[in-house]
Amino acid sequence: MSNLALFPVVIPLIFAAILMLFPKKLHMQRIVAIAGVVATLASALVLFSKVNSDGVQAVTLGSWPAPFGISMVSDMFSVLLVLSSTIVTLFVLFYSIPTIGVKREQSFYYPAVLFLMTGVNGAFTTGDIFNLFVFIEVLLMASYALIVHGGEKPQLRESIKYLLVNIISSALFVSAVAYLYSVTGTLNMADLAVKIPQIEAVGILTVIAVLFLVVFGFKAAIFPLYFWLPGSYFAPPMAILALFGALLTKVGVYAIMRTYTLFFTMNTGFTHELLAIIAILTILAGCVGALAYFDVKKIIIYNIIIAVGVILFGISQMNAAGVEGSIFYLIHDMLIKAALFLLVGILTVIFGTSDLRKMGGLIKSYPFFGWTFLVAAFGLAGIPPLSGFPGKLLIVQGGFEGTHFWGSLVILATSLLVLLSVVRIFIYAFWGEPVKIVTIDRKHYLSMFVPTAILVALTVFLGAGAELFMPFISDAGEVLLNPSLYIDAVLKE
Amino acid sequence: MRTNDVMLQTATKVVTFIILMFAVHIFFAGHYTPGGGFVGGLLTASAIVLLMLAFDIPTIKKILPINYVVLTAVGLLIAIATASASIFFDVPFFTHAYDYFDLPLFGETSLHSALLFDIGVYLVVVGVTMTIIQTIGEDE
Repeated sequence: MSNLALFPVVIPLIFAAILMLFPKKLHMQRIVAIAGVVATLASALVLFSKVNSDGVQAVTLGSWPAPFGISMVSDMFSVLLVLSSTIVTLFVLFYSIPTIGVKREQSFYYPAVLFLMTGVNGAFTTGDIFNLFVFIEVLLMASYALIVHGGEKPQLRESIKYLLVNIISSALFVSAVAYLYSVTGTLNMADLAVKIPQIEAVGILTVIAVLFLVVFGFKAAIFPLYFWLPGSYFAPPMAILALFGALLTKVGVYAIMRTYTLFFTMNTGFTHELLAIIAILTILAGCVGALAYFDVKKIIIYNIIIAVGVILFGISQMNAAGVEGSIFYLIHDMLIKAALFLLVGILTVIFGTSDLRKMGGLIKSYPFFGWTFLVAAFGLAGIPPLSGFPGKLLIVQGGFEGTHFWGSLVILATSLLVLLSVVRIFIYAFWGEPVKIVTIDRKHYLSMFVPTAILVALTVFLGAGAELFMPFISDAGEVLLNPSLYIDAVLKE
Repeated sequence: MRTNDVMLQTATKVVTFIILMFAVHIFFAGHYTPGGGFVGGLLTASAIVLLMLAFDIPTIKKILPINYVVLTAVGLLIAIATASASIFFDVPFFTHAYDYFDLPLFGETSLHSALLFDIGVYLVVVGVTMTIIQTIGEDE
């Protein structure tokens, strides 16, 4: 089946179109949306086993020969990300049913989520740099719809900033693609990987590589381009925030990882050095934010930025340990960020506020919730055997093996700050004197808590069963470190 | 003060049909020459917008009782279905099929599956454009 790589992209698109036909039928909306995500998950699993047994899957659309048509490429790295993003979306959907509100559900919430999924999975799968732009636009369109969805005042205010930043970065993206095309004469990523080493004008290619770093940096929220993120992500409701936090910035991170390992490798002394420095600055900037705020949402939002820095530092090392660590940490981060946002969402529902100083003493009334939160917090900070640990360990090892031992030291030190920032939530919200809480009935609470708890359990499984997942992660890392595997799969058909 | 729009309305009644015919022409020209579903859709939408300007939105809604969101969804489904047909023949996605047929009146004509895809694009463009314009236009 040559089209298998496309299934996780096309299935949500079909279901989104179907959902647009009957926006007001609440039950049908929920059922069809969940059926769509489950079908996508099934196709992603089939694709995963196919990639695992037969290697990189590539299909060039419209039966055109490879460098001329648009290639869709599914290697282990991309299929792992498609799988994680689909899992995250599924749980967020379960969480949205009790929390998002009937009014939103009846105004195209579910189609927007599925369109977002189309864009995210497409961006992870495409093997063409212009097509990457198109899929990023698809997911941005859906995210514009989601960020203003409901039309509350802060949402409207923040969505203007969000739109402006993304339109500017999209304009830059198109110009960067045009520069790249004028220098190399191709936009197929595999073909780029063949042609770029043959071009002697390294200077201009380095400029283009940095321009792409700026473009993807806007999406990934690296230092100093993250300024739009804390405000914009703060506005929408928690389920949407969880989707954004878990998926959107990761697309930018993925794009940097892909381009900086596959073809922008002509001047690693400059570009990857720059990437390492920016990654460390991103971590530091994120830490300042994560410790500065008393708002639970803000704390987790700044932790997104820290994680972006950690992942990019690993990839900048360009050695097996660093790259594998980045891949593992990226997958871990998608799951744990979604879980943490959902947990924090339940917190804000219970206390009726997101201000830490107005919380306290919850461990008596919700003990199991408290311990789940603690597990997730430890997982985020990377305490063994939880899922943050193997990734971070490998990234730190990559730094020591490479030339940036100081970066590894920063990552180790900031891990403590990350731990402090989330444990602070635990201490404020669960310890101390109990404060007045909103009474929510058991059924409503469980409908929010169960999907969240399963997601946390998944991250624990990812960490404790790291030995089980490592072969896949190494497979993914191998394709990133040996671009020839990727090139052969696309061009030799 | 009531503005007198007899001239606009009279002209519109004629011009709309010219635009619509031109949209159809552009739509079918699209395979080998410039044109296609996207431009055809925009032209059609512009004809409807002209009607809305000359008359008013309630009147147009009465003569064209179309839910443009549903129109968009249907267009999207047609486009995806056409592209997905390639899955059943196990050829890469978006691969198109064509053949030559002897049709009455037209003589030998080449028929393409890409046309079906273009119909989908046409409906999506009309649907999205009209949804946007109606949403802005209805906002008092």
